[in-house]
Amino acid sequence: MNVYLDNNATTRVAPEVVEAMLPLLADLYGNPSSMHSFGGQVGTQVQRARDQLAALIGADPVEVVFTSGGSESDNMAIRGTLMSMDGRKRHIITTRVEHPAVRGVFQHLGKTGYRVTEIPVDSDGALDVDMLENAISSDTALVSVMWANNETGVIFPIERIARICKERGVVFHTDAVQAVGKLPIDLSRTPIDLLSLSGHKLHAPKGIGALFVRKGAKMVPLIIGGHQEGGRRAGTENAASIVGLGVAAELAASQIQTENREVRRLRDRLQQGILKSCKDAVLNGKHRLPNTLNVSFKYIEGESILLMLDEVGISASSGSACASGALEPSHVLRAMGVPFTAAHGSIRFSLSRYTTQAEIDYVLEKLPPIVDRLREISPFIDDESGKPVELTL
Amino acid sequence: MWDYNDKVKDHFRNPRNVGYIKDADGVGLVGSMACGDALKLMFKLDGEQRIEDVKFQTFGCASAIASSSALTELIKGKSLDEAARVSNKEIAEYLGGLPEQKMHCSVLGRDALLAAIDNYRKKSRGEQPEEVQVASDVVCACFGVTRQEIERTVRENKLSTVEEVTNYTKAGGGCGGCVPQIEELLTEINASPPPVREAQPKAAKKRLTTIQKIQLIQETIDREIRPQLQKDGGDIELVDLDGDMVVVSMRGTCSHCKVASFTLKFVVENKLREFVSDSLRVVEASSAEAGDEA
Repeated sequence: MNVYLDNNATTRVAPEVVEAMLPLLADLYGNPSSMHSFGGQVGTQVQRARDQLAALIGADPVEVVFTSGGSESDNMAIRGTLMSMDGRKRHIITTRVEHPAVRGVFQHLGKTGYRVTEIPVDSDGALDVDMLENAISSDTALVSVMWANNETGVIFPIERIARICKERGVVFHTDAVQAVGKLPIDLSRTPIDLLSLSGHKLHAPKGIGALFVRKGAKMVPLIIGGHQEGGRRAGTENAASIVGLGVAAELAASQIQTENREVRRLRDRLQQGILKSCKDAVLNGKHRLPNTLNVSFKYIEGESILLMLDEVGISASSGSACASGALEPSHVLRAMGVPFTAAHGSIRFSLSRYTTQAEIDYVLEKLPPIVDRLREISPFIDDESGKPVELTL
Repeated sequence: MWDYNDKVKDHFRNPRNVGYIKDADGVGLVGSMACGDALKLMFKLDGEQRIEDVKFQTFGCASAIASSSALTELIKGKSLDEAARVSNKEIAEYLGGLPEQKMHCSVLGRDALLAAIDNYRKKSRGEQPEEVQVASDVVCACFGVTRQEIERTVRENKLSTVEEVTNYTKAGGGCGGCVPQIEELLTEINASPPPVREAQPKAAKKRLTTIQKIQLIQETIDREIRPQLQKDGGDIELVDLDGDMVVVSMRGTCSHCKVASFTLKFVVENKLREFVSDSLRVVEASSAEAGDEA
């Protein structure tokens, strides 16, 4: 059985999306900006997609700028805003648990003369909003806070933070890549200036995303040399993918409530099953997205668990990044104060509308013996008593 | 995706020699929780002082488990001196290669073995055995990687970039604060010995008279070992040579630091074996009276 539980990494493209895209990959190859009707019909489809996406997030269609994805949207929002200020304000605020697409931009800006404040989270993953409010000064140019965390699924109080920023006259950006399609979002009622989203996290293809730019928000474009997207992002539109994102947005909007109820039920079933059948398993994060489960299996290492799951057809993800050049355990779990013994053994299961109960039950059957097997190999378990031991290293 | 070959996967899925020896002769434990690896290795010797049985336990990724398994297969039946010469490169070769970023896993195996051998030798000399290898002179605080470990790994694997050092030892892969120090260290290591390394060790492997041996040991200490120690505020002196037993005294900060002397013994011994003779053993003047080891 193949079970895909890595939907926070990327999702299956919905069959309805594929169907809507196919004509644009074949016969409808016109340029949306052309004067002739052959191109114009593509332009009409792009416009329709803009309307569909705007409807999902409660925006005006002119506030939607299509981009290549979440990372571009984050870069455009943060760097474009600061460029428009000409360096008059030199302080920027973010959190310790952002996705690398935001974190990396802030680190870069920190090296080029900006003062960066990173707001911490507590052991549940919750943000210290009072500290954020106190950190804002007359020199603060921008605040960027993710809507929901990609690793733990923890949701931040974005409406409250947006209001604080509005009152203090600071530009507010949110990376909502994990939230769009999973949480109801209404930008007509929440004073967010900029919001990033990504197509492939909500059953559209990779390589397409969008940035919501509120009317009146000042932003210097990163890509210039064309009139497309209202001059905010040059380049011929990725028409097929834009149309796909539009359909994906419409699907999400129509199903968000019922879908989330079912996804949450399955996630909770998985969570309870794991916590019941695996010793020393700890849940990471409170107040989470309905689809995300992040569990630490103490005394064993994430990559080993993943590889063994992979061999029985289960795809999940690990917070510990031993596999990459970055060898730190997850910065998110470390920011939450999860001890190293647990942070290295964290596994993220993320569900989607396509996840079935049979799949969840299959994981619950396969996972406990894998955990037991790896614990047998672990030096942190005493050979005679089978109990964890403290090792002084 | 994991680019592990079938042999690595096999040793991960079915690791050889996992477990525990109740009355082990030597036990070594290395690693760091921060870094996400820990390896406990224990062995039992037969009547001829060869490794009769060896077991390990590993906390780590798939390649850490596979490397531990490979190491135990490689050292079975070997004498301690032979086993100590199994390099991390041989471990990786035995497995048909490891991904570059995973080379540190094979280094870990070797460190655990050296720690276990030292544990055994200390025990047989009647000293308080130290199960844990505590290292001195930490360069990378995130992952607890020492200068000595970096130096040994750089030399053995002919590394030239910080990225390679991170792949092999993890040093520099955390906060990155020690990257400038690693760069310096790399320049230093790669600038100093190459011409000597090529010529000297080969010439040295010839049979030497005792006088020649003493001279060569003295030269090696002066050139390869003392400058390092003096930089850290210590010093070393050759006291005596008895057959293959090199008696040295550590001075300055080193002599008061038990931990440092442990690490140093390996550094000194490795150097002397490399440049003078494979059969040399290093003892400190104070413990020399305790007599022969193993």
